[in-house]
Parts: sequence; structure tokens; C-alpha cells
Amino acid sequence: MAKVLENLDEVTIRFAGDSGDGMQLTGMQFTSTTALVGNDLSTLPDYPAEIRAPAGTLFGVSGFQIHFGSTEINTPGDICDVLVAMNPAALKVNLRALSDGGIIIANTDGFDSKNLKLAGYQSNPLEDSSLEKYRLHAVSITKLTENALADTNLSPKVVERSKNFFALGMMYWMYSRPLEPTLRWIEDKFKKSPELVEANIRVLKAGHAYGETTEIFAVRYEVKPAHLQKGTYRSITGNEAVAWGLIAASVKSNLDLFLGTYPITPASDILHELSKHKNFRIKTFQAEDEIAGITSAIGASYGGALAVTTTSGPGMALKTEGFGLAVMLEIPLIIVNVQRGGPSTGLPTKTEQADLLQAVWGRNGEAPIPVIAAATPSDCFTMAFEAARIALKYMTPVILLTDGYLANGAEPWMIPQVSSLPNIAPTFATNPEGFLPYSRDEKTLSRPWAIPGTPGLEHRIGGLEKQHETGNINYEPENHEFMVKMRQNKIDGIADDIPLAQVEGDEKGELLVIGWGGTYGAIRTAVEAKRREGKSVSHLHLKHLNPLPKNLGEILLKYKNILVAEINLGQLVKILRSKYLLPMLSYNRVLGLPFKANDIEQKIDEIL
Amino acid sequence: MHLVEELIQSNKNFTAEKYTAKDFSSDQDVRWCPGCGDYSILAQVQRVMPELGIPKHNLVFVSGIGCSSRFPYYMDTYGFHGIHGRATAIATGLKIARPDLTVWVATGDGDGLSIGGNHFIHVCRRNVNMKVILFNNQIYGLTKGQYSPTSEFGKVTKSSPQGTVDQPFNPTLLALGAEASFVARTLDRDPKHLQSVIRRAAEHQGTAFVEIYQNCNVFNDGAFFPFTEKETKDENVVYLEHGKPMVFGKQKDKGIKLEGFTPTVVSLSDGKYSVNDLIVHNENDTMLSFILARMSSIPNLPRPVGVFYKVQKPLYEVEIERQVQTAIQKNGEGDLEKLLNHGETWTIQ
Ligand SMILES: Cc1ncc(C[n+]2csc(CCOP(=O)(O)OP(=O)(O)O)c2C)c(N)n1
Ligand code: SF4
Repeated sequence: MAKVLENLDEVTIRFAGDSGDGMQLTGMQFTSTTALVGNDLSTLPDYPAEIRAPAGTLFGVSGFQIHFGSTEINTPGDICDVLVAMNPAALKVNLRALSDGGIIIANTDGFDSKNLKLAGYQSNPLEDSSLEKYRLHAVSITKLTENALADTNLSPKVVERSKNFFALGMMYWMYSRPLEPTLRWIEDKFKKSPELVEANIRVLKAGHAYGETTEIFAVRYEVKPAHLQKGTYRSITGNEAVAWGLIAASVKSNLDLFLGTYPITPASDILHELSKHKNFRIKTFQAEDEIAGITSAIGASYGGALAVTTTSGPGMALKTEGFGLAVMLEIPLIIVNVQRGGPSTGLPTKTEQADLLQAVWGRNGEAPIPVIAAATPSDCFTMAFEAARIALKYMTPVILLTDGYLANGAEPWMIPQVSSLPNIAPTFATNPEGFLPYSRDEKTLSRPWAIPGTPGLEHRIGGLEKQHETGNINYEPENHEFMVKMRQNKIDGIADDIPLAQVEGDEKGELLVIGWGGTYGAIRTAVEAKRREGKSVSHLHLKHLNPLPKNLGEILLKYKNILVAEINLGQLVKILRSKYLLPMLSYNRVLGLPFKANDIEQKIDEIL
Repeated sequence: MHLVEELIQSNKNFTAEKYTAKDFSSDQDVRWCPGCGDYSILAQVQRVMPELGIPKHNLVFVSGIGCSSRFPYYMDTYGFHGIHGRATAIATGLKIARPDLTVWVATGDGDGLSIGGNHFIHVCRRNVNMKVILFNNQIYGLTKGQYSPTSEFGKVTKSSPQGTVDQPFNPTLLALGAEASFVARTLDRDPKHLQSVIRRAAEHQGTAFVEIYQNCNVFNDGAFFPFTEKETKDENVVYLEHGKPMVFGKQKDKGIKLEGFTPTVVSLSDGKYSVNDLIVHNENDTMLSFILARMSSIPNLPRPVGVFYKVQKPLYEVEIERQVQTAIQKNGEGDLEKLLNHGETWTIQ
């Protein structure tokens, strides 16, 4: 039967199954291949906190969403065009994310009575016409996988496990993607067990061939490459980008990188990534807890390393005393907080932006710390580099905020030229002549970095208040106030050294939507949609949150309405209102999920 | 060449000058209470330092918070006064980043074993090459006299008017249990012994743990007098010496013998036992070290002081450095261009 080839601008697909079904891997493979064919894309892995929740349960469903297209793609997609459901629970949990008329590809073999019951279905939705408003393709994925591997000696468990490659093969066929990148990946990944290479390749190809031959798929789709800027690209996640940005900063500053950290979702992958690249003279230290994570990093920084500590919510809480110490010592330190849903253990695998006030204010005493935030997965590279630049230039801890969505989400990234990255040029004090550990650079107000091993500079530092310049312990009232202000002025002064805020859209108008961090794509998509409708709305995304860009106040005055959108109950808006004394609206959702562009559009409609 | 490496290279030619104890005394006023045992510890450490042949600029003293943790301010070396309990963690990061430095940690029984207990056991098991001297005064000095994790059961303090119901830690036993590679005990009021133990710790490669009985004359005066005062110490202290039988007493007329696994005191004067029946100390015997450490909790036994245990194990920071070197040998020095472009990439013309 001749199949129809239809052209699409963009598509959103969600792969969903049990935690053990390999949906994350399937999604990642689909992502790499899609990136390679030149589409723009954005992804949203969505998985439970439990590693292997009981099979078939609603809470054990693991999903991976990818939005790709021939146009600019800024979000993982509000709503899906296709849902691949490996069992009833996956169908039930994800159906609300599927558009009316969307495609469902269901593994009929997963819909046995036990699984139906676990998902709370009275009757089989694949057979009771409850899915009538969708285009349902029921495929016996498990059986077809077994058939493909019938003449092998593989254990039933291994056979069962490779069914995700059948689904992937089908989707490659349906969206006209090449198999080669995944074939290469399989060969590399399983190179130690040739039988697994053979099995997975066979299943992938079987899935693809099934699409080609079966009667049930009448249409095949094509999504042309996007018109991306000229250059060489790769797909990158936020956590990878943070790690690489730090490595780049280490190379460009001529300092060895030290990471002191304690595993925590969703930050652990930064540790995993950095520990792979020890040939960059990176030393990773998996400490006994977050306190040792930060204090070991402080020790390493004292010794002259580019020191980093990475964590998420609860870990930030534990590190707090260490932040204060780093402020008092005035030593460079990079703190990465991959925010997740809180409070307490909260939603370990979900995203949120509720640690902003903690980052800006959450310490005892007057303890100013620069805070910056990445806007997209690939922007994590730029901002990690920026964190290092500020930390080294101003001898200060810097907090970089990312979030669970940025950390695990992927997008195409135009690989920067190494030569185009600026040099960071820290210097160590070496001259004992007139050396004072707390003397100050006139411009930056930063103190000298005098590291042990330097003859003649022996000195003592610590967390007690110190005398201006000498650094000796000092409890005098006037000196304390002087030093409190000095530390504040130093951080405030960084405002002169960061990019001015830039508006996307009109320079003045009815409404300015302000966001920060990982909501960039959703807000941008929403604002652009409304601008196309002719509405007077613009977007400003803050990447430097403390200090704020110098021109922000001026910009705010040019709009009738200001809307601050964040995934918390209104934290940036508190900071902006108190600083600029202007009325501002806020849009807040805390679902553990990224914003949907559509929700922001509705909010804009309410205002305009 | 990397910045730190450059600095280390440029300072290679500085050899240790002929230092005296005075050279290790900083310009800061010492602020401990008059009569505090900390003074003696400071003096003995300053006395031993010149013998080590290490340039002052390669020495770092790291501490936490407490009276004892003021120690680094008074040493004319590099000094780092950290936050409560975290000295060993700070020092671990410093040692990993800078294996070339000689790092000492000064900590207290509250600092090192209460709030810092976690870091303490982990530094021991990792065997980071640093010396940890713990000033045990069995009280919280700086916060003015609450009980500490080494205070004896039933101790009456400001925070325990009816006596504590806490069982105390035995620091040497804890260090041994955490697999420290060097464990010793000494006393503030025995300068010679204190010096000799500090010297031994300095020579050791690995985490060297030294518990120092320290008198807090303000909040816990006399806690260790039975072991430190002339009238009583000979009967209450047994000095551990490698290869020597465990003899003690003013007249050297008593010894420690094992009954099964339990050490007991025997008389050497009544003809029943001779030195040949006594435990012969062996610093490298791990089983014996536990028995000796346990002696503090058995009534009527003298308190062992000296080096309990010493073993050579891989050094943490050296192993980390080795992995870095192995990675460089295997994959070449890190190349950023290569990293950013490895794996699947595509080009848009
Ligand atoms: C996080 C924190 N908690 C509590 C304190 C208060 N504090 C300072 S020193 C100390 C106890 C010190 O006792 P120890 O380590 O035995 O030292 P000493 O003063 O006896 O030498 C306490 C509880 C602190 N500085 N920081
Ligand atoms: S309080 Fe005790 S430990 Fe602290 S300085 Fe005074 S005597 Fe020494």
C-alpha cells in the first residue's frame, strides 16, 4: 500500500511506560537523531522519584516528551500530538497531555487484566471505544519483539527489555528519521556483549519495518530541518552544559577545577560528567554530606583551585553556613543549585523556582552573594562560565541557579569557538612587600588571593569579623559597620560589570512580562504568539538577579503593566517591588512542571 | 602551566631556614584564659615545628570553632579558622587541591566529635594525609561550660545540673573504629611526651590522630589530674612504647597482662609475674590497638598514652592525583575544543 507523506512544521511526542521500560533512553535516542537531522527541539524528561516503582502502577510511570520542528522551538510543548503508551497506567497518566485527535500508539500486550486493574480501568480502553476522539494504533509491541528475537538464545527478560527499541523503530519510521545514529549508539553501548548489539539492532529494524509494512499506519510524516544559524551543533542538557561551562572556565583561567559535592537529584549528573573528564586536571570529591561538599570546596579555593559545589534544594539548606564563611573569607567559589520542588524533600525529580529568595537573602548576617540564573539548557554553559568569571574577579562566592527542567532538558546548541571564549585572568598575590590580606583593589574592591605555598605571605583568615586591610580579628563597632558595607558595596558594584537588561519586543508598551531562569522558552513563545496577534507585549528575561542590571528601573517605567511570571508563589516579584516601588502583577504556578506557553498567553489576554 | 603549579615551581628553591620555636609564633595576642592547657600545646607544637624541615609557607593550620580552634591565629604559618566542626572537611579539600602542603588540624572534643563527628570519621577512613590534634578538655569551653561528647556519664555542668545521662565517646577508640592509620594520646602537662607524640604524628604519612588531654582550668579544672599530676600520674598512666612490655608504677613494679582478651594489672614485685608475662606493645597490631583503647573504660586500669597504632595505607589525595595523571596518560591533556565537539554533532551551512 502506498503511504501518504505529510509535511509538518512541528510535532510533540511523549513516550510513556513503566520506570523499567526504558522510556528515558528511548526519548534520548529520538532526541539525538532528531537533533542530527537538523530540527530545533526541546525536551522534558518526566520520571518518578522512585527508581523502580512497582510495575504497572500510576505512580511508576516514566515519561519523556520531545517537541521538535522546522521552526524555532523554545518549549517541550504544551500538548502532545503523539502518545506512545506501553501500558494502561502510562495511558491514564498522560492522556490529559494529548491533543484531541492526537495519535495514541499503545502496546496491547501491556494492557492485560492485571495492568488494567492497577491503572484503575474497569474495561480495556483500547477496546471500549472510550478513546474515540483520538487516532488509536494498537500494536502488539511485546509479541512483535519476541518474534523478532525468536531464534536467539536471549533470556525472556532481555527480550522483554528490548521492546522499547521496537517502539523507537516505529517512531523513526513514522517521522522519517534515519536509524544510523541509534545503530551506532547501540554498537558502542553494548560493545562488550555482541548478542545484545545484535538483538537491539534487530528489534529497532523490526519496528521500523513494521511501520513500513503494516496497514494500520497510512500516513508518514516529515519535519524539515529548522533554519538554525550557521554553525556546528550538538544536543546538550543543562547539567552537561554546567559541567562543560565549568571546564571551560578552568581552561580559560588556568586553574585546576575542584568539585566538592554530595549526590542529590537532579544535580548529580554534574558530578558524573565532571568525574569523566579528569584529564582536564579536574578533581571531584564525593563528600560525606553537603556541608563537607561546600567546606571542602572552600578549602580547595583557599589552596588556589577553581572550586565548585553543586546541589539541589535540601543540600542548599545544609550549605548555608558555608556560604557565610565564603562571604567572610572573600574567596572565589561557585555554588550551583539545580532547583527542584520543595520544601523539604519535596518533589525530587520535578522542577521549581522557589529557591530564589534563599539564594539572594537566606543567610545569617549581612551576607551578599551574587546570584545568576540560566535561561535554557545550553545557556547553562554560558552562565557557569559567567559564575566563574564573577567569582574570580571579585573574590566572592557566586550562586548559579538552574532547575530540574533545564538540567535534564535538551536542546541543540551551537558549539562555541574556544578562541571566542574570553580569558579569565586571576592572579595570586606573591609580593610580601606591604602585603595585607584584606587590602582592596580600587575598582573591584576585591582582596588579594594569597594562597599557601607563597613565601612571606603567611597569614591567618577565618569567619570572625576582621579589621579592614590587616584581616586581624576585630570586634570594634565602627570597623564592623565599615566591613559590612564594604562587602555589600563590592557585590553591588558588580552591576557595572554585567550586561544591561534587554527587552525582546517593543521598548515600551502596554505590558512587559518579566521572567528568570528556565521559564525563558515558555514566556518567549507566549509573548511572540500574542505579538503576532498585534498585542503590545514584550518580554524581559533576567539572568543576573543579584545585583540586578543597572538599566532595569528605567525599563520598567516604560510599560503600563508589568507581569512577573515564575514557578513559585512570587519571589522575584517581591525583590522587584521592594527595589523599584512599582506595582507589579504576578503569574505563579507551582505544579512541579515547566510553564505552558498557553497558560501565559491566557494570562496576557486577561491583562490586555 | 597551571597557575598553582607555576607558583609551586617558583618556590621550590626556598628551603626551610634554620627556624626556632619563636619563628612560629605569630604577632597575634594569645587570648586563652591564663593557666589554660592550650598554652602548653601551642608551645610544644611551636617547639617541634623547626625540626620538621618544612618551610613555614608550606604549612597550614586549619581549625573549627572553640577555644582550641583559635590555635591557627597563634602560629606564624598559613592559618584557617573555619566554622564549627568543619575543619577536617576544609582541610580535606585543601589537601586534595594541594597535596604539596603540610596540613594540621586543631580541633576540640565538641568541634571534632560532636558537630564535626561525621567529617572526623570520614577523614580517618579516607586516610587524607593530615595531622589532627584534638584538644580534649571534656567540656565546651568557648560556650562557657556545657558538657561535651567526651564528658563522663553523670557529669554535672551548666546544661546538666542533675548530671549527664550521655555515655561519652572514647576518641582513640572512635578513630581506630574509623580506620585512622595513626592513633595516639598524650597530655598537655607532659611537655616531653607531647613533643614526642607530635613528632611521631608529623612523621606519619596518612591521617594522624592525636588526642591531647587538655585542662580547662575554668570550666573543668583537674579533669585529668590523676594522669598529669606528680603525686598520682605514675600509678595511673602507662606509657606505650613499641616493642616494650607494658610496665608502669613509680617503682616500675606493675605491668599489664592479658587475661583472655582483657588487660589486667599484675604486680611484678611478688614473684608471681615477670616482664615476660606482660603485653609487649606493638604499634602495628590492629587487634591490640583496640584492646588498649578500651582500657579507658575499665576501672582500675592505668591510662595508656603514646602511639596506639600506626599502619601505612594509600593516601587519599595521592590516589586522586594518580587518577588525574592516569586520565591524562590515557586520554591526553584535556582539550576543550575536542570535548565540545566529541560525539554526535552536525553542521548547518
Ligand atoms: C554552628 C555553630 N553552633 C554552635 C556554635 C557555638 N559553639 C562555639 S564553640 C562550641 C563548643 C566548643 O567546644 P570544644 O570543641 O570542646 O572546644 P573548646 O572551646 O572546649 O576548646 C560551640 C557549641 C557555633 N560557633 N557554631
Ligand atoms: S575556657 Fe577553658 S579551654 Fe577555653 S581558654 Fe579558658 S581555660 Fe582554656
